[in-house]
Amino acid sequence: MSDASETSPATDGNGNGNNVPAPRGSAGGPEVIGVRKGMFGARNGGDTSGYGGLVRTVAMPGESHRPYGSYFDEVVDELEGALEEQDLLPENAIEKVVVDRGELTLHIAREHLVRVAKTLRDDPALRFELCTGVSGVHFPEDRSRELHAVYHLRSITHGRVVRLEVTAPDADPHVPSLVSVYPTNDWHEREAYDFFGLVFDGHPALTRIMMPDDWQGFPQRKDYPLGGIPIEYKGAQIPAPDQRRSYS
Amino acid sequence: MNAQNASNGASSNPAASRETTEGTVYTVTGGDWDEIVRSAAKADDERIVVNMGPQHPSTHGVLRLILEIDGETVTEARCGIGYLHTGIEKNLEFRNWTQGTTFVTRMDYLTPFFNETAYCLGVEKLLGITDQIPDRATVIRVLLMELNRLSSHLVCIATGGMELGATTIMIYGFRDRELILDIFELITGLRMNHAFVRPGGLAQDLPPGAVDQLRDFLKTMKKNLPEYDKLATGNPIFKARMQDVGYLDLTGCMALGATGPILRSAGLPHDLRKSDPYCGYETYEFDVPTTESCDSYGRFLIRLEEMRQSLRIVEQCLERLEPGPVMVADKKIAWPAQLAMGPDGLGNSLDHIKNIMGTSMEALIHHFKLVTEGFRVPAGQAYAAVESPKGELGVHVVSDGGTRPYRVHFRDPSFTNLQAMAAMCEGGQVADVIVAVASIDPVMGGVDR
Repeated sequence: MSDASETSPATDGNGNGNNVPAPRGSAGGPEVIGVRKGMFGARNGGDTSGYGGLVRTVAMPGESHRPYGSYFDEVVDELEGALEEQDLLPENAIEKVVVDRGELTLHIAREHLVRVAKTLRDDPALRFELCTGVSGVHFPEDRSRELHAVYHLRSITHGRVVRLEVTAPDADPHVPSLVSVYPTNDWHEREAYDFFGLVFDGHPALTRIMMPDDWQGFPQRKDYPLGGIPIEYKGAQIPAPDQRRSYS
Repeated sequence: MNAQNASNGASSNPAASRETTEGTVYTVTGGDWDEIVRSAAKADDERIVVNMGPQHPSTHGVLRLILEIDGETVTEARCGIGYLHTGIEKNLEFRNWTQGTTFVTRMDYLTPFFNETAYCLGVEKLLGITDQIPDRATVIRVLLMELNRLSSHLVCIATGGMELGATTIMIYGFRDRELILDIFELITGLRMNHAFVRPGGLAQDLPPGAVDQLRDFLKTMKKNLPEYDKLATGNPIFKARMQDVGYLDLTGCMALGATGPILRSAGLPHDLRKSDPYCGYETYEFDVPTTESCDSYGRFLIRLEEMRQSLRIVEQCLERLEPGPVMVADKKIAWPAQLAMGPDGLGNSLDHIKNIMGTSMEALIHHFKLVTEGFRVPAGQAYAAVESPKGELGVHVVSDGGTRPYRVHFRDPSFTNLQAMAAMCEGGQVADVIVAVASIDPVMGGVDR
């Protein structure tokens, strides 16, 4: 879904149109992923605090420019070179490079995720042998890239860490599975599926892992409430805590 | 006579059975294993699927092992987890950043200080204050983590021994762990679930008498640690049960993402304290033990040696303790006062209360805002990892610029390492499953979160 991902202000600010990936090194500001209104988070009922008119945009760190510093330039160079050798244009696979707080994040187009991960694992100059699993993040206001899957890869050989970030729209929550490259991601992907509804294509047995098999909904999405869900387990119904019998 | 009849009846029908689409299901509670096996053997199907757990003393909490067995051999093994899922990651998003420590400390309840420190390192990275954490706070964090490593390994060795029937080692392990929990109680007020490490530093300084008790503890522990060696290391029964059991070589470890003692038992000296140091670990002197045996016995030896190394680090921490603050100087992050025990037995600071209630309205407002609303964390994401007793404990924290975490994900080593259970157990004996699972040292609070 590289098309959808290009709607962010960070990458379409150079007049290239929305369907063409922005060239590397273009001016990219912080990436706005949402807007918050009011001050105290109250969404229902009147805000009598006087701060109801406050508007705050939520902006994640935007694209970085070379030199990235530390070992990051080397990692990106090596990855780009290795991808070119495989006849894959790096610009198509790597949507964006973000260096923030001393960490390197590579935003990867989801259709190329497996290839990139395999390259990162196998290339002798990269050798990210260890994947520490996937963390789902839900940005309901980040239009058509609502679901993010974030992977942290660690290279024991070189002592490095790199973060891969992949996005998928809510309407098509598919991300290729990395189990074939990193078998350790088996349970991690099941967990991300269980809590965020991210469907990892190619996973050997994508089932719920924490919640009961017949659970409805994906609990760690932002639109899923914290409590008040009637508990269902194998047909048995237990009312939400605030609706149970009380003896007071 | 009645009893005779009853037992006759039982031998013909030892366990209640019912027919399902998958075959006959026997529900076994108590009774004689031989009778169950005999009864199951009557069925045409040779295959028996045994559900071990979720309530079983040797499955370390509510872990369900689904074993397909052929005689005494395990042909397939699977884990069922999720029985202890408490939604901590979701709950964190509804509390402020400081309150988060109260939640994360409950994840892997045997390693609370690792959870807290990993979380706080992540938050501090987001805040950009990693360099401003006072030295004393960092030294105390290291001190507490290493004590915690001792207590976690002691539980692993104690319960692992108990599952083999070695109850003496269980008594020894819990005896020594109690000494550490006493120190935790003295320092933090609680034996578990401390919420003592906070973003920016620590909740409090060490109380009077803590250093003395720590020195006493070091003396006692140096006397006690060799007892484990004497009792178990060379014990032929112990070795016969543990050697070549739960085998997982380096290839398997890397593929399955196993870290911690499991990875080091395969010969790779990977320890985040050395390879990606945090909290100033690069300045401490300690060794990373490894073995080449890839088995449960090797992991036992590694845990034993790591406890010795932890004692070395604790000693170095005590030498380095210099008086100083234990919280960042930034008043927009640090809580306004160091609490002290008041005459009423409650924790507060009378000087501070006098100041905010009597003389400074602004200080009162600031205190109120900071404690109820919390501080804002600039938007972005960070990954912090520490070497917990079980392996790489990673925390992925995402902020949207608000006073609450937007998303916190824990990569708990128990969760990842437990995936290796099938690789370790399949093809082995049923009794060895217990040993293999014990050598993984899973804590379900961390696995399920």
